[in-house]
Amino acid sequence: MKITEDTIKHVAILSRLEFDDKELGKMTKQMGSIINMADQLSEVDTKGVPETVQVVDRDTVFRDDKPEHWQDREDLMKNAPAKANGFIKVPVIINKDDDQ
Amino acid sequence: MNYLNENIDSLNKKLANGSLSADKLTKDTVANIKDENKKLNAWITVADDAKPAENLDFSKNKLAGIPIGIKDNITTKGVKTTAASHMLYNYVPVFDATVISKLKKAQATFVGKTNMDEFAMGSSTEHSYYGPTHNPWNLDKVPGGSSGGSAAAVASGQVVAALGSDTGGSIRQPAAFNGIFGIKPTYGRVSRWGLIAFSSSLDQIGVLTKRAKDSAEILNVIAGSDDRDSTVSEKEVPDFTSFIGQGVKGLRIGVPKEYMSDAVDEKVRAAVQKQIDFLKANGAIINKVSLPLTKYVVPTYYIIASSEASSNLQRYDGIRYGYRAKDTKSLVDVYVKSRSEGFGPEVKRRIMLGSFALSAGSYDKFFKQAAKVRTLICNEFDKIFADNDIIVGPTTTTPAFDIGSEISDPIKMYNNDILTISANLAGIPAASVPAGLADGMPVGFQIMAKRFDEGNIFRVADFIERNNKFYEKTPSGMED
Amino acid sequence: MNFKSTIGFEVHFELKTKSKIFSPSPVTYGAKPNTATNVIDWAMPGVLPYVNKNVYRLGIMVALATHAHILPNTHFDRKNYYYPDSPKAYQITQFFQPLARDGYVDIEVHGKKKRIGIHEMHIEEDAGKNAHGTNGYSYVDLNRQGVPLIEVVSEPDITDPDEGYAYLEKLRKVVQFTGASDVKMEEGSMRVDTNISIRPAGQKKLGTKVEMKNLNSFEHVRKSLAYEEKRQQQVLLSGGRVQSSTRRFDEASGKTVLERVKEGDADYRYFPEPDLAPYHISQDWVDKIAKEMPTSAEDRYDEYVNKFGLKPYDANVLLQTKESSDFFDKAVAAGADPRLAANWMNTQVNGYLNDNRVSLSDIKLTPEHLAAMIKLIKDGTISSKIAKKVFAETITKGTDPKKYVEDKGMVQLSDTSVLQPMVTKVVDANPQSVEDFKNGKDRAIGYLVGQIMKQTRGKANPKVVNKLLNQELQSR
Ligand SMILES: [Mg+2]
Ligand SMILES: [Zn+2]
Repeated sequence: MKITEDTIKHVAILSRLEFDDKELGKMTKQMGSIINMADQLSEVDTKGVPETVQVVDRDTVFRDDKPEHWQDREDLMKNAPAKANGFIKVPVIINKDDDQ
Repeated sequence: MNYLNENIDSLNKKLANGSLSADKLTKDTVANIKDENKKLNAWITVADDAKPAENLDFSKNKLAGIPIGIKDNITTKGVKTTAASHMLYNYVPVFDATVISKLKKAQATFVGKTNMDEFAMGSSTEHSYYGPTHNPWNLDKVPGGSSGGSAAAVASGQVVAALGSDTGGSIRQPAAFNGIFGIKPTYGRVSRWGLIAFSSSLDQIGVLTKRAKDSAEILNVIAGSDDRDSTVSEKEVPDFTSFIGQGVKGLRIGVPKEYMSDAVDEKVRAAVQKQIDFLKANGAIINKVSLPLTKYVVPTYYIIASSEASSNLQRYDGIRYGYRAKDTKSLVDVYVKSRSEGFGPEVKRRIMLGSFALSAGSYDKFFKQAAKVRTLICNEFDKIFADNDIIVGPTTTTPAFDIGSEISDPIKMYNNDILTISANLAGIPAASVPAGLADGMPVGFQIMAKRFDEGNIFRVADFIERNNKFYEKTPSGMED
Repeated sequence: MNFKSTIGFEVHFELKTKSKIFSPSPVTYGAKPNTATNVIDWAMPGVLPYVNKNVYRLGIMVALATHAHILPNTHFDRKNYYYPDSPKAYQITQFFQPLARDGYVDIEVHGKKKRIGIHEMHIEEDAGKNAHGTNGYSYVDLNRQGVPLIEVVSEPDITDPDEGYAYLEKLRKVVQFTGASDVKMEEGSMRVDTNISIRPAGQKKLGTKVEMKNLNSFEHVRKSLAYEEKRQQQVLLSGGRVQSSTRRFDEASGKTVLERVKEGDADYRYFPEPDLAPYHISQDWVDKIAKEMPTSAEDRYDEYVNKFGLKPYDANVLLQTKESSDFFDKAVAAGADPRLAANWMNTQVNGYLNDNRVSLSDIKLTPEHLAAMIKLIKDGTISSKIAKKVFAETITKGTDPKKYVEDKGMVQLSDTSVLQPMVTKVVDANPQSVEDFKNGKDRAIGYLVGQIMKQTRGKANPKVVNKLLNQELQSR
């Protein structure tokens, strides 16, 4: 599988990361070799094999529908980089991006 | 105060009989950490205001008044928790991890947060925004990672115990590199509530100590079901210290041939073989076994771990907490610039790999295929455990490597984990206990057991440790 | 050329729980920004989701009510996307395996019955809300983050806007009668996204879909679909191609307006949620929920018409909302005559609600009050005229009807030993009436009744008075 700079650019958009030209070249090369290594997995015969996405020994245990108050707004807001009148402040949202 | 020759029992005795006060112990510990940190950089945050709990009950709580180090990816209310990332350089949690609440209840003393690879991604603690930690056996060598700060702090006697987390070997590999004991419990043994997620299906909090028994004491406190984490087992937690001091007669031990192949450094193999021979001489039954899928565990692991990580780390977007880039003109700017400036290169690589593996067109070929291979890997372990109580081998293929030697070659770095990541993929417990030295650097002996059978790990680790008495050795870098 | 339309709906209902789906923060409406949130809602580092049992329970009710097949092995998945109202930058939803599949609702349009298939429904979490300022900033409120939703996705069975309207009405009613959701579009507890494609009659392949999101009312849905049908036909007739796009309904012009063109599918990088173990829904639990579930509107209609003998029209008025149907059922359970209760509900009570623009939950009248009042009428304690006074008092002040009637001395005069002398007296005083009665003029009796009512200030029981007067006149 050939990893191109265009693939990396697309994945960078999905990841909300940016790379300058030098970084992009390096990332393309490194990702290329990592994905090459990952490509070996296609050698393994997995026909009819179920996926393991968790190694948990029990079902989810549910919580009762009882509201609880854990933190005050002021506590939650302490780490917020920008806030106003109890809201978290962000640069104006124009539109949801197409991939949302 | 230095703990090179102390353990939880010895300290508890001194505290209980009044020959040592908890206040003095805390003060001396913090002072020593600050001093040693100039050399080792094992800590990101040192708690200047550390205080023992009130009304210490030394008979009820073994950990009462005992200073403990906490890896900086475990949230501590009111104490900065950075995950060694610029992204969280100013983040102060408003809640405690479950393991912290449990340790507080057991009256342990918190003296600071230990250094690590950023978001636990790495095997050398070089990928820290706060600089690399140095190996106390040789300051030019890495301490391993990602729990390198915890391992170095324990090995150098700054604390008797520290918490770490292990996603692909992040407790066992640094334990091996530093000549101490480190255990990753069964997935689901310890609550992950408050552990900053790297890979949710692989992450597990564990313990690093010089002595196996000390880890058993701490695991006794932190293990067990928790409503906050629905992946934690509700199985009863045994008293892990009850496995200490037993023999190994009749114990069935599998040794996978892939773990003792030429790919493993000769001196490492020799040190490990010596422990195997010792176990055999004491009545253990040694069986040659095989884990043929070992050559696929690295890609399987990197696909699964990075996929989960790419999603888990999306919350670091500069909006609600953590680093927000300056001079942003738009929302996209806030996201892209905060993340690009806030994450280090290794974290970015894993996010990119994970986003790629989950993206349309790659999902079946990479994520799904890795999840299927994971099933086959689990099956291989099940098969061996049908006739064996434990599986042993080296923890790492080499002893600690030089700082800077592998950082630019991710593939080489990833292959370091080949012997440790299977335990995470299968969710089984695994530990590293010192086997000896190779060229002056410690070698780790890995012990893996069936799910929820940490008991046999403690049994064997303690048996080995009582024989080779590696804990009596002082790290060469600490002799000055 | 003839065209065929294919219409689909994705309807989100907020499930009516006290706390959120993955955190115990309260579910509120209209609270101060970010006050109904905790570390989970903020996606603080180290938090994990924590599932609310009631969300499954209510979701199962919706599945049962729409005759859907519940898939017992459930698991959550992550849908990854960045947006300030989505703190984890992923939504926990059910993508690979929904809660239930293959349901339906039956509709009737222009006298024709049709079954509309439901493809699937899944449980997921709601996002927070963004308020947009004019100063170059937006403001994020996470109170709604984590409110439980069930998303109901229809099969492409709907072929015209009227059917679409009927489907939404029916779906809303079905869900409303489970009690699982408030189904209020104005408060966002029911949210409608629709899509429509057209193709020339005879062509098998579906045309290009155009989506319209978050429509304000069913009427807007109908209008926008009707507009889109025409617009897309014109595009095709003039040789153009319909663009895959999202459009918005403009209320003022009645037209749909292009919001954005879709280039390829969004890449949400779905994968199984590793923080939550699977959950296996047992048949026992489903059976238990089915038993506890409120009676459906259809079954209630049956009971009202066939058992209580209500007119279909009256039954339908009562069944317009679950609230009014519940109120009626409670009144009947408290002993009210069903027909009288329906009558009072549909005329007096509804009249009061409309005049005062309030709802049943705002008034002081309880079903027990209504039942008590109807009993007083039925056993002759009060006249229907008095009843109106009692009703006015109870609905505004919540006064107990029986106590009120007694305190105010409004009890109807039915005692013949009191009434008979008055009857004798009034007949004696009006010989002309006796004459008229004998000549078959029924009107005469009405005049005499009026006299007695006047003397008793309206308290005399008209039935008893009538009977006594008849006897008296006949005896003369
Ligand atoms: Mg949808
Ligand atoms: Zn949805």
